[in-house]
Amino acid sequence: MKMKLSNEDISSVRVRQIERISGEDVRKCYQCGNCSGGCPVSFEMEIPPSQVVRFLQLGRVDEVMAANSMWVCVGCLQCYSRCPKGVSVAAMLEALRQTVLRKGEDFEKIKDLPYPFLKKAPQQALVCGFRKFVS
Amino acid sequence: MPRIGVFVCQCGNNIASTVDTKKVAGEMSKLPGVVFTCDYKFMCSSPGQEMLKQAIKENKLDGVIVSACSPHMHEKTFRKASEAAGLNPYQCEITNIREQCSWVHHDKTRATGTVKSIDLTRMTIERLKRNKPLKKIKIPVRKKALVIGGGIAGIQAALDIAEGGRDVILVEKEPSIGGNMARLSETFPTMDCSQCILTPKMVEAELNERITLYTYSEVEKVDGYIGNFTVQIRRKSKYVDEDRCTGCGECIEKCPFKVESQFELNLTKRKVIYTPFPQSVPNVPVIDAPNCPKIQKDKCGACAIACGPKCIDFKMQDKIVTEEVGAIVVATGYQLMPNERFGEYGYGRIKDVISGMQFERLASSSGPTGGEIRRPSDGKVPQSVVFIQCVGSRDEKKGVSYCSKVCCMYTAKHTMLYSHKVHGGQAYVFYMDIRSGGKRYEEFVRKAIEHDNAMYLRGRVSRVYEKDGRVVVQGADTLSGSQVEIEADMVVLATAIVSREGADTLAQRLGIGYDKDKFYNEYHPKLRPVETVTAGIFLAGTCMGPMDIPESVAQGSAAASKVLALFSADEMAREPITSVVNRATCNACWDCLTACPYSAIERESVKDRQGNIVRWLAKVNEGVCQGCGVCVAACRSKSIDLRGYTDEQVYAAINAF
Repeated sequence: MKMKLSNEDISSVRVRQIERISGEDVRKCYQCGNCSGGCPVSFEMEIPPSQVVRFLQLGRVDEVMAANSMWVCVGCLQCYSRCPKGVSVAAMLEALRQTVLRKGEDFEKIKDLPYPFLKKAPQQALVCGFRKFVS
Repeated sequence: MPRIGVFVCQCGNNIASTVDTKKVAGEMSKLPGVVFTCDYKFMCSSPGQEMLKQAIKENKLDGVIVSACSPHMHEKTFRKASEAAGLNPYQCEITNIREQCSWVHHDKTRATGTVKSIDLTRMTIERLKRNKPLKKIKIPVRKKALVIGGGIAGIQAALDIAEGGRDVILVEKEPSIGGNMARLSETFPTMDCSQCILTPKMVEAELNERITLYTYSEVEKVDGYIGNFTVQIRRKSKYVDEDRCTGCGECIEKCPFKVESQFELNLTKRKVIYTPFPQSVPNVPVIDAPNCPKIQKDKCGACAIACGPKCIDFKMQDKIVTEEVGAIVVATGYQLMPNERFGEYGYGRIKDVISGMQFERLASSSGPTGGEIRRPSDGKVPQSVVFIQCVGSRDEKKGVSYCSKVCCMYTAKHTMLYSHKVHGGQAYVFYMDIRSGGKRYEEFVRKAIEHDNAMYLRGRVSRVYEKDGRVVVQGADTLSGSQVEIEADMVVLATAIVSREGADTLAQRLGIGYDKDKFYNEYHPKLRPVETVTAGIFLAGTCMGPMDIPESVAQGSAAASKVLALFSADEMAREPITSVVNRATCNACWDCLTACPYSAIERESVKDRQGNIVRWLAKVNEGVCQGCGVCVAACRSKSIDLRGYTDEQVYAAINAF
């Protein structure tokens, strides 16, 4: 991938918005990779958690938006508990989800979900899922 | 018949577990000349030493052998004890039955270790029988030191030696002391201004009456040895009488000619008669002779007309000064690798690609822009600056294999200075690793990134080119796995630190060692970090390898403390284990002279009564000889022997095996 980097990317308004929603500072991350190492679902992610932060540092929100990472995150907060700098990638992923969901264009309605599915899914999955996809 | 005593140490279980010490002592007592034997748990303990002293006195021993650990450990202890009992200390010998005997054999029946200990001790007995009493060599010490290099390390060393009450000569090649540190704007990690902390020290060095400053001077020749060096210093002609010059600066003002300023790294011009920077010490201008029309073609002379005290002399010649000193501190510092070597970065071709040191000058309040960050091509304030680290460092193919150690830190400092001076400007840093080992160094780098918003990209830059007045940088960010292209206004290269040009010549002049990169070698990298293999010559600062200011200062002080320790006595006692030439058989082939790594062999002439030279002989300078024995091996006529280890002794030991 080739990336043209400019001052506007580094001071990207979209990244600042994600920082505001999540309360995190993307510059604090020093890319040790502990979050990606411990994440129980990172193998399913198109971009692992640490690289999500890297793209945000570089002002590349589009790349992150196009990947499935934020939807795969289950919010277990392992990344946050292990991060030596106290950065919560989970909070950033949540913020990313919010920027999509708040547009109100694409979300799940609970009542539209088929009853057998709701019956079968574990409780935790529903709690996580509703928080993640419903807004 | 000799009267020898043998003391076998058990060293707790260290020796006793694999060596039957009682048996060793018993076997030794059977040998002719051995009149006393014993074994003991810890010979080095106070009761052990007492036992040795008592045995010497009671049995009238004239030689003592302690079979114990390595002589490195306790030879001194036992020799001291023997001396206290009235024996010549060099009549006490150590047999090592621990490190290369009991420790390496695991035979718990103690058969192997015991036999080997018996053999080793017997060999030492035969060697001891042929020992001659030796006396420590006394060398007078001249209590004056020479410091080569007037950078921060040299200044610190000179100040500390002077503080200790000894005279110092500080030799500096440039017209002013201060070295590379004088060029820096701020210093990491505290961001104090370099000039503000350095210039008081420079002035202190100038005013201290124990320090003689020789600026614009170079060491030409070094002779002699520890405590007794003779040094020739070339004092290059300044064309200005130092004693009468008041430093008013009228001459500089009136000089009509300008050339590139080396101190400002060609970022601006200076006059032909100049001081490198306003706070120069001494504040005496020099004339740059090759560029001066008066000196070259006898045209102009404006400076001499302007000079009030009339202290300009266009006919002035270089002077050679001879000084006698007892110790030398080498603090010659570093220089930067030429950036032109890396064509892909465009240095020299693209005006807005500058070196880190040039950036220091741009950021310095006494620099060519008065501390404003302006790019060289058009004087505009750059809105984006790319910093490239590891230019030449960690580059085995085109540069050097080592890490230059300070670039990570000063690049972080540059990004901070830049963001403080240019609000809204963006700094980008291409790095391979961030090496910020040091007190508050890591925190400093994180501050540059988190607080001052420097964008760090992990990867090297492979190409820099110009496009529409901007500098395009092509590199990589391995963290995101992408190729990165940045259109920047200026590029700063963190160039590798290399040894000074001519470092090898000076090392050869001084007889000290240097490595493949021409950095000087310390005696021991950990335990004797400021000494060299040549006694009396010490090292400080970056002439040894890349280091930062705190380290250089610490080494300056360390070298000074070594010098002061050397000067603490009028005479210096040295071990008498030195080579000695048999004057009857030496045929002056000079093989020893070429073989000696310490230059301890001299040519001595033998004259008849009329003063004609009739013969030449090799002579060992006891002050320099380290007793390594290389000359003994090299001598084809067997005319050199090592005291304490003569051929006779060594052969006797071998025969006893």
